[in-house]
Amino acid sequence: MRLEYFQMIDRIVEVDLDARRLRAACTVPKESPIFEGHFPTYPLMPGVLLIECMAQTTGWLVCMLGRFSAMPFLAGVKEGKFRTLVFPGDRLEFDGSVVHEGSGYTIAECVGRRDGKKVCDAQLTFRIMPFPSPQFREAFFAWGERLELPIKELVR
Amino acid sequence: MSTTYDKVADIIAETCDIPRESIKPDSHATKDLEIDSLDFLDIAFAIDKAFGIKLPLEQWTQEVNDGTASTEKYFVLKNLSTRIDELIAAKGA
Repeated sequence: MRLEYFQMIDRIVEVDLDARRLRAACTVPKESPIFEGHFPTYPLMPGVLLIECMAQTTGWLVCMLGRFSAMPFLAGVKEGKFRTLVFPGDRLEFDGSVVHEGSGYTIAECVGRRDGKKVCDAQLTFRIMPFPSPQFREAFFAWGERLELPIKELVR
Repeated sequence: MSTTYDKVADIIAETCDIPRESIKPDSHATKDLEIDSLDFLDIAFAIDKAFGIKLPLEQWTQEVNDGTASTEKYFVLKNLSTRIDELIAAKGA
């Protein structure tokens, strides 16, 4: 996890496109400037960044289901819950699933866990829109390839 | 037995916290009820689920942007209900 670059996911653990599910893993860094403010002497992973973890987990799944033909933009978060505190060094897993693929939008759900116990969950709405530019698309693909996503196979 | 319109009006009232009695068949979702695009996604999700269809929002938006259809065709509630009935019929055909 590179908090300052908003790269929340370290690796994709498993993907089942038929079941519309994806599991991602990441480790909260032990040190980050974010923890200097959140909070002094008591570093905690901000809840908004756990939402971002869930958005990226399900966002990659949405991309794969759409064969990277368009970009999912986070449009809504419902029932976002943070069930326990998350600390620097914690290893997290996120289970994302797509529950509905509408026309121009997708609804997903995600659960984050630490040592198998739920730490957060939410329902997320994405707007599905064209990539804003070819350069963005290429940069996005490079990001996905760093996560070892089979982009070339999916966009063929 | 409730009509398609009744179900749509109930969904809008619940999703957007709009008093049910202020929703009429001639209400325009955006112009009269001031439903924004994000709330309309929630409505579309609820309609998709309730009727087992997929509202073709992208196609409708394209038609409106191209000037080949008016917003009234899709976003006045009695017309939206007709479109839903057409989608249900097409699914069963």
